[in-house]
Amino acid sequence: MDTLLIHALNALLYASVMFLIAGGLSLIYGVMRIVNLAHGNLYAFGAYVAAWAAGLVIAGMPAGWGYLVLGAGPVAAAALGAVLEPTLLRPLYRRAEEYQLLITFGLLLILEDVMRLVWGPYPLSVSALFEALGSLPIGEAIYPGYNLAVIVVGGLAAAGLWAFVYRTQFGVVLRATSQNMRMASALGVNVNRVYVQAFTLGCFMAGLGGAIVVPQQGAVLGMGPDALILAFVVVVIGGLGSLEGALVGALMVGIVREAGITFFPEIELAVLYLMAAIVLLVRPAGLFGRA
Amino acid sequence: MSGLDASPRALVRVGVPVLIALAVLPFVAPPYQTVLLSYGLIFAIAALGFNLLLGYTGLLSFGHSAYFGMGAYAVALSVKYFKWTSMEAFVLSGLVATALIALVFGFLCVRYTRIFFGILAMALSQVLWSLAFKFFWVTGGSDGLRVPTPTLLGGLVTMGTGDKLDFLSHRYYFYVLALFALAVVTMWLIVHSPFGKALQAIRDNETRAEFVGVGVRRYRLVAFVISGLYTGLAGVLWVPLNGLTTPDILHWSFSGKIVFFTVLGGFQTFAGPIVGAVVFNYLETYAVGHTVYWQLVLGVVLVTLVLALPAGIVGTALRWLRGPGHRTA
Repeated sequence: MDTLLIHALNALLYASVMFLIAGGLSLIYGVMRIVNLAHGNLYAFGAYVAAWAAGLVIAGMPAGWGYLVLGAGPVAAAALGAVLEPTLLRPLYRRAEEYQLLITFGLLLILEDVMRLVWGPYPLSVSALFEALGSLPIGEAIYPGYNLAVIVVGGLAAAGLWAFVYRTQFGVVLRATSQNMRMASALGVNVNRVYVQAFTLGCFMAGLGGAIVVPQQGAVLGMGPDALILAFVVVVIGGLGSLEGALVGALMVGIVREAGITFFPEIELAVLYLMAAIVLLVRPAGLFGRA
Repeated sequence: MSGLDASPRALVRVGVPVLIALAVLPFVAPPYQTVLLSYGLIFAIAALGFNLLLGYTGLLSFGHSAYFGMGAYAVALSVKYFKWTSMEAFVLSGLVATALIALVFGFLCVRYTRIFFGILAMALSQVLWSLAFKFFWVTGGSDGLRVPTPTLLGGLVTMGTGDKLDFLSHRYYFYVLALFALAVVTMWLIVHSPFGKALQAIRDNETRAEFVGVGVRRYRLVAFVISGLYTGLAGVLWVPLNGLTTPDILHWSFSGKIVFFTVLGGFQTFAGPIVGAVVFNYLETYAVGHTVYWQLVLGVVLVTLVLALPAGIVGTALRWLRGPGHRTA
């Protein structure tokens, strides 16, 4: 029973991080109809900035400040997003979607090396922040307190995003633009501004995902593209552009991944990609998407 | 598609001098340059196949690493399990394996277009990557599998006791060149055949093509399999040159490179992918040789290309040659 609970928590932990990444990817697609191949790199960028900032702070101050400073990660990722959208993506909205994929692929290559250039080839870690929360006894087993904190943050982020999109004025504009960009524009919505806001918000979420995994896993090169592919699996299962879908997709991927690591480690990844392929075949718009 | 490559005479007029220059090269250039060009020609075969889908059928696949990798792993596994050494056996086993996988993946993918097609192709290729990565007792995992120097033309041409570099830069280079020429001519015939015209009709207007009686899905599937076969052949030829195959060539980022070749050269021209692959290969080799930040260099090139030169090298050159009055695409 205890081990089942541990597995469930691990699945939730994984789902929390995946939701932050995939939710942002899906939000961006939903509003702007752009598949951002560099999205994983914004997650990695958030992780690097958070690790770098927290590393500076925890040397001399109590750990509490370290957690706060992790917030630099999402802020930096959002700022980067706010610069990238108007400069690189905006000129391409009128062109074929192939070009949008290509430019974000180019951006992926660039960001990957910019992080290597700035922070060097070795991983950054702030495991002190992971250890400072200790572990909690769960029945006979123990579970790291930090992991529980990540699950809580993931849950809060999901709730906050839901409230933002469905309960605020900005959310109404966002959804209107997503449903019909031309009509929203005709009704006086500044579409350019909504696009940059949506892109920034998506990048903020990815950066938050990066920041909260840093104490546990550190920031390493290549973490971005790896996360991107799994985020793709999540959004394909849930439906591109659907936040509910990203949540359900993240939970499914979390559960399958945890089960895979435990029971079928050799084909764990293959099963995830196959899941995405099967959903695409049966319901191309995903479980929650609209075609 | 551009007018320059529309008549057989144009193919001969451009192709024959290029082929002669390529055939003379090993006798005048240092062996290293010849081997480097072999890589370029091999990538060109892959890009040529890829562009049958992108340029002629209008389908952007982000999963062509699957076929390149399938060709390469078919060779490596036939060495490992059957101790084959004949290049012809490699080509045959690679093409059979690629055809099977392209048939299955293609059958699934061609039901969709646009972004769904691309993502589905990518997800399926990642299945192969993760299998190659995890089943290390079969595939060697991330260490990959080694492939020895093959014998060519049914054992008539071998490395013997000679130098491996000499073998690769002469005998193997001519083998690659011959298959490259064959691949180019065949592709030229394909895209200018009624079948090729039907693909272009599907690309330009799917509904109209359907109404004039083109079986859209079947045509797309055939194009997909031919495209996969080309990319698989490139994988087969690549392995002995590289001496080793690792899961990297199955990863989706390698698919991204194949897309890059094609866009660099210009996907709206016949010769674009060929030029793009060769140029990319030089670009990457020199960038990797001169800086650890080669991805940055490639990324900047790609972004610049998309923003400033979307027609690619060949497309831009053609437009420039003809003056502003003509349109290429």
